[in-house]
Amino acid sequence: MAMADKTTEAVAVAQTTGMPRLHKIIFSVLLAALIVLPFVVYPIFAMKVMCFALFAAAFNLLLGFGGLLSFGHAAYFGGASYIAAHAAKVWGLTPELAVLTGTAAAAVLGLVIGALSIRRQGIYFAMVTLAFAQMVYFVALQAEFTGGEDGIQSVPRGDLFGLISLEGNIALYFFVLTLTFGGILLLYRIVHSPFGQVLKAIRENEPRAISLGYDVNRYKLIVFTLSATMAGLAGATKSQVFQLASLTDVHWSMSGEVVLMTLLGGMGTIFGPLVGAGIIVTMQNYLATFGAWVTVIQGVIFVLGVLLFREGVVGVLARWLKKPL
Amino acid sequence: MFELLGIPPQVLLGQLLLGLINGSFYAVLSLGLAVIFGLLNIINFAHGALYMAGAFVAWMLLNYLGIGYWPALILAPLIVGAFGIVLERTMLSRLYHLDHLYSLLLTFGLALIIQGLFRNYYGISGLPYQIPAALSGGQNLGFMFLPNYRAWVVVASVIVCFGTWFIIEKTRLGAYLRAATENPVLVGAFGVNVPLMIMLTYGFGVALAGFAGVLAAPIYSVNPNMGEQLIIVVFAVVVIGGMGSIMGAIVTGYMLGIIEGLTRVFYPEGSAVVIFIIMAIVLLIKPDGLFGRPA
Repeated sequence: MAMADKTTEAVAVAQTTGMPRLHKIIFSVLLAALIVLPFVVYPIFAMKVMCFALFAAAFNLLLGFGGLLSFGHAAYFGGASYIAAHAAKVWGLTPELAVLTGTAAAAVLGLVIGALSIRRQGIYFAMVTLAFAQMVYFVALQAEFTGGEDGIQSVPRGDLFGLISLEGNIALYFFVLTLTFGGILLLYRIVHSPFGQVLKAIRENEPRAISLGYDVNRYKLIVFTLSATMAGLAGATKSQVFQLASLTDVHWSMSGEVVLMTLLGGMGTIFGPLVGAGIIVTMQNYLATFGAWVTVIQGVIFVLGVLLFREGVVGVLARWLKKPL
Repeated sequence: MFELLGIPPQVLLGQLLLGLINGSFYAVLSLGLAVIFGLLNIINFAHGALYMAGAFVAWMLLNYLGIGYWPALILAPLIVGAFGIVLERTMLSRLYHLDHLYSLLLTFGLALIIQGLFRNYYGISGLPYQIPAALSGGQNLGFMFLPNYRAWVVVASVIVCFGTWFIIEKTRLGAYLRAATENPVLVGAFGVNVPLMIMLTYGFGVALAGFAGVLAAPIYSVNPNMGEQLIIVVFAVVVIGGMGSIMGAIVTGYMLGIIEGLTRVFYPEGSAVVIFIIMAIVLLIKPDGLFGRPA
């Protein structure tokens, strides 16, 4: 796939030995800022941004590095959110176990749907993933435990390890920070592993990767499952933050939103999805009063992004700095 | 009268008819997608939004200009098709040299804009559109009641589908089109204006969506959301049929509509997902689709 040509060489340079200094600095500054953040802005808003940043980063693993455009990532995000909410509310699991359960469910879902979806390529792949996600949506709409139109409401935040209460926003914030930041670092590690290198090879030239003896489908399935799992971690965490799992999380527009975040921030970059998520969530927050116009504005950003700004914010920055970001 | 597995024939035939009508929309929409895909190699995500726009244009023609159903059946597809041509010329044509996924993302953005605008101006409650006088009422067939308009939808969709199939497979224009699908550069070298053909093909595919929208207006209320659920099902239909053949798209559309109708009789809970399950099975057994060619 030619989707991320510009950043390819850049990323290839970055994978030599450990994390490059620039990335270390950015991650450290980011972490420091995130530790201070809940005392400056409304913690719930900050947690929402972090959940979506992880979601977009997980999606970017598949699109930006695997070259696979899934239009159904809401299924894993929302699916995990439902399972985690159910686990916390009905089974009474502690928060970390509830999140783990939700994430595991997303992994299984990703494995099954991924195994079917990778049998087609390109736009067919996008359509297949969208169709399966719609199926998950219908299940969420009709199944008993999901509560139909109401969703699963007032999910208890519970006590971490059964010991530390997460009722307070600050305590919950650091729980969410640990999960999402850890998830993003893990994704970074995956991208810069030998596995990640093979992935990029497949993205750039699939027939050549096959001729070199790589079992391409196995790599695709693994990256699909990993991406779904991390999207699930984001969704499960979000259900703990908002104490809610609803149809919005599994709707196709959620799948579109994560594509938009990744496109806007910069496909195939490390920090792009995080920036994109930050921009879109902030925008939704400030434009909430405009109601249905948000959809139109998102559509316009989509169109302009595709026509004029395909590298995304971080992609452009990386080109200016001549460094991979 | 006979009974099948304890299900009265009225129910069975009623659902079969409903399935056939849904199938008519699947067929016309997946046909439009297949025609566009054949030449442009893109999937038109805005297809559902343009189908909805077709219904709205018919509604606007009636309520703002007093133009009735029959002229609207011609005018609305032309208007939607012209709009499609504008989209193709101003935006899509800029992306042909890039990965096709960008075109997909563009049409997705367009779908959001079109749907959002209609939602802002007309709300989501839906607007009524009268069945034309000539087609109101119905026939009592003895074993079931057949509303005239529903019969007309099936007939009209069959005519349009087979008309399109005939043009593409049996005429000289269609031969150019098929040749351009195989090798646009070579066809261009023979003096055929390929960009013009691409433009008109997109316009035609989109006009088919508009036509389906006008057909749907009297059955379903005219609603900004009418396209979004439908189009995802149509995507599944397209994956099942494969977009390699025009006839394949048509047959698969009707077939899946009927299967969905039958599921509603025998296992109502499964009717919303049956097409997706069939898609999963087809992906396992014949990944290129029932009528598809290996990529």
